[in-house]
Amino acid sequence: MGAVGKSVKRVDAVAKVTGQAQYTADLEPRDILHGKVVHSTIANGIVKRIDISKAMQVPGVVKILTCLDRDLPQYLFPTAGHPWSVETAHQDICDRLILNRRVRFYGDDIAAVIAENEVAAAQAARLIEVEYRQFKPIVTVEAAMKKGATPLHKEVRPDNVIVHSHMTMGGADFRYEQARRTAAKEYGSEELTEISGTYETPRISHCHIELATSFAYVDQNGKITVTTSTQIPHIVRKCVAMSLGLPEGKVRIIKPYIGGGFGNKQDVLYEPLNALMSLSVGGRAVRLEISREETIVSTRTRHAMTGHLRALVKKDGTLLARSAEIYANNGAYASHGHAVCANAGAVFKDLYADRMGVEEDCYTVYTSSPTAGAMRAYGIPQSVWFAECLTDDIARAIGMDPCEFRLKNCMKEGFRDPGNGITFHSYGLKKCIEAGRKAIDWDRKKKEYDRPQTGPVRRGIGMAIFCYKTGVYPISLEAASARMVLNQDGSMQLFMGATEIGQGADTVFTQMAAETTGISFDKIYIGTVQDTDTAPLDFGAYASRQTYVSGMAVKACAEQFKQKILDYAAYMLEHASTDMARTVYAEEIASARRTAVRSLKLGKTEKITPAMLDIRESRIVLKKNGRQLFDLAVLGDTSFYSLDREQHITAEVTHHCKQNTFSSGATFAEVEVDLALSRVKVTRIINVHDSGRLINPQLAEAQVHGGVAMSLGYGLSEELLVDEKTGRTLNGNLLDFKIPTAMDVPEIEVKFIELEDPTGPYGNKSLGEPPAITPAPAIRNAILNATGVAMTKAPMTPQRLFEAFQSAGLV
Amino acid sequence: MLKVIRMKVNGSLKELAVDERESLLNTLRTRLGLTSVKMGCEVGECGACTVLVDGEAVDSCIYLTVWADGKSVLTVEGLKKNTGELSRIQQIFVDEAAVQCGFCTPGLIMSAVEIVGEKKSYTRDELRRKISGHLCRCTGYENILNAMERVVKEVSDKEIPV
Repeated sequence: MGAVGKSVKRVDAVAKVTGQAQYTADLEPRDILHGKVVHSTIANGIVKRIDISKAMQVPGVVKILTCLDRDLPQYLFPTAGHPWSVETAHQDICDRLILNRRVRFYGDDIAAVIAENEVAAAQAARLIEVEYRQFKPIVTVEAAMKKGATPLHKEVRPDNVIVHSHMTMGGADFRYEQARRTAAKEYGSEELTEISGTYETPRISHCHIELATSFAYVDQNGKITVTTSTQIPHIVRKCVAMSLGLPEGKVRIIKPYIGGGFGNKQDVLYEPLNALMSLSVGGRAVRLEISREETIVSTRTRHAMTGHLRALVKKDGTLLARSAEIYANNGAYASHGHAVCANAGAVFKDLYADRMGVEEDCYTVYTSSPTAGAMRAYGIPQSVWFAECLTDDIARAIGMDPCEFRLKNCMKEGFRDPGNGITFHSYGLKKCIEAGRKAIDWDRKKKEYDRPQTGPVRRGIGMAIFCYKTGVYPISLEAASARMVLNQDGSMQLFMGATEIGQGADTVFTQMAAETTGISFDKIYIGTVQDTDTAPLDFGAYASRQTYVSGMAVKACAEQFKQKILDYAAYMLEHASTDMARTVYAEEIASARRTAVRSLKLGKTEKITPAMLDIRESRIVLKKNGRQLFDLAVLGDTSFYSLDREQHITAEVTHHCKQNTFSSGATFAEVEVDLALSRVKVTRIINVHDSGRLINPQLAEAQVHGGVAMSLGYGLSEELLVDEKTGRTLNGNLLDFKIPTAMDVPEIEVKFIELEDPTGPYGNKSLGEPPAITPAPAIRNAILNATGVAMTKAPMTPQRLFEAFQSAGLV
Repeated sequence: MLKVIRMKVNGSLKELAVDERESLLNTLRTRLGLTSVKMGCEVGECGACTVLVDGEAVDSCIYLTVWADGKSVLTVEGLKKNTGELSRIQQIFVDEAAVQCGFCTPGLIMSAVEIVGEKKSYTRDELRRKISGHLCRCTGYENILNAMERVVKEVSDKEIPV
């Protein structure tokens, strides 16, 4: 008991510091074949001819698959890491084959080599000759939406628009234009200010340090088995089955330790191809390690988005209305695309309580560029960049303190999204703003930095706020499972369908199981590997859902498990002089019974019932006073081997979650801007989070550190560049795509406003993704405060800053 | 053509036939089963494959195995004591919650061993520079730096296996 809320050490930390933790590539069987993907070298077109004759002559080449093979499976399949929907309207878009003749981006998968060794595979891949019929690359949203643009998926979306969602706040028929006219009449135009602008976020790469890697073979049951670095083993099984036209039971997915995912691995990546490669060589094991360069270009990216925004505000600081037209560049395949931009729209409208309303149009568009999918916080870093740049621009235009403006207009306690019903149950947003304001000494510093500054280095302070839901209900299905098994020594095996990908899920599940069952934390052993043959169902690590949704499954399972133990304990005590008297535990149980009878003052005919008992620190105790009766090991051993009443104590629960709640928070940043060098130094950054009750404060804090660094990355340095003429990615490697190093990240301060959320299994709510949202816009707003220059495009690289400072006459 | 080399790996002498083009990363992982040595980019950008060669941290993915002929190589597998106890550096990484997904961890620990072997003290800012060859996407480096600071203060070079 009491394990929740403590900073216990990670259950996998020792395995990870000793190298014992085995990741996908560490598990490859000996005598494995090596796979290599052949990617297209054009961005848009059709493969006319592939000549593999030279490649086949390379010694060691076993087989080459190409998109022109007649027997290639022709089942279109989806890749998004969503639970499959039984409603046609909510199914993910099936728009790709395992190898594609119709090439849709520079780096598309058109063939694959299987060879005895890596060198042969690479040599053969280079010798494959491809002839294309080329179309003009359509790399940008504008080009793809232009009339007459080549459709990338003619059958699925002839106009390249994956989805256009129109969303409103303030009534379904709310129109911004109408609100403008009404406001002018009601308040007088001189009382109103309107702000408009276009804001942009970059396409970036997740850069998990472990690559997208897998190996596949046919197992002893004839199942095609893929061991893969994925966040979503059960979804991968479904999609591999779809891609190969196999029943799900014929597919087995194994997820070992994972070296980070951040959403890229919340997608079905190369598992279908790897499975096909193994099947094509009679089920022999084939490994497919995708290189860093391939991972960046040919797996998934974060959507670059452009937001055309308007806001109408009264001069007294009342936010009246906003409108947003958001375009998301989804790249070549649908992946998650349609859902990400809609999610962005949802938070843009929810974050502020516009007095009149909000009108939004969100477009997700196919282009011939690397596919965008899920990435940490799923569209919200983009929409919060929009909302929070706009907010500071509004505050500046009306001469109001941006912190005051937010306190006056941000989403209110008890907020309920009128569209999907998601409710802000435990509300800590304003407390977060107040706590950050105090911690950074906002009022004093703002005053100081607002005074005219001179010299080459300018200082500023800025902030940004966010809200974030917890899991995906009711937009999609939410379900999770847990299984508990008692060992002879009273310890527990815990099986989760949910996946540990580095965030600490296994540790917090163990804490929860200890909290609810009363079994000591160190006597609970969690399996980190999910094998779809044995793991209970869970849809995986995404949407900051697991501590909440899978946590509910742990709690429900633990309650059942505990009840079974207590039932058995009562049986043992009631049979102290009969069944138990013949066992090695006769004396111990007889003495425990005497203690119970005495302590509870039970009469001769009164029975010891399960309700009188409890478990604390792995001991059966009296619920009333905590008096110790006997060790759980005695019960474990007895239940396993009793000749009178053998019982293997286990429990398994699948919890169908129909709840959701909002998390929220704020970032406060202080910067020094060197005008001449156009470099920003973040001198202080504080993230304040309203994430409900913390299960493990030390791990929660660590989660925030990583999120802050990730947000700094897209704010200041990260941008994947795609050449508009060729569609080729220009900086698809870790040298040219700049993620922060230890030299680029400042000291990160973390604060929590811990409020018990009534819907969370342990009062908790989402935390995994939220830290990655607000640091970038907070820094942008600090630069605005320091220099008066309102940046609109992230990342704010020295070059972009220099150009902006130059046009402002600062340099 | 295979070439026979001799090197000390985690204290024991190995005589191996290796391909001249083979990286130390590949030899350690596939020939010797030392899978703590992680591959993250294969071009010396991420630092996940860091091992010590004669006490010096190198990216084993861009270090040819034949160069290690006659040298001594140390990986994380060589740190744990025979009693099964963690080395102090490893324990500090655990205690400071410097481990998340764990993929960059073995490489960083090897850099920590190198730093201890230098017998110098470093400030936090100097440590930032010292570990800037390791990319980590989970931790924001905060807890890694906390661990590194403690390692520099608390661990003596006498505790490092040779």
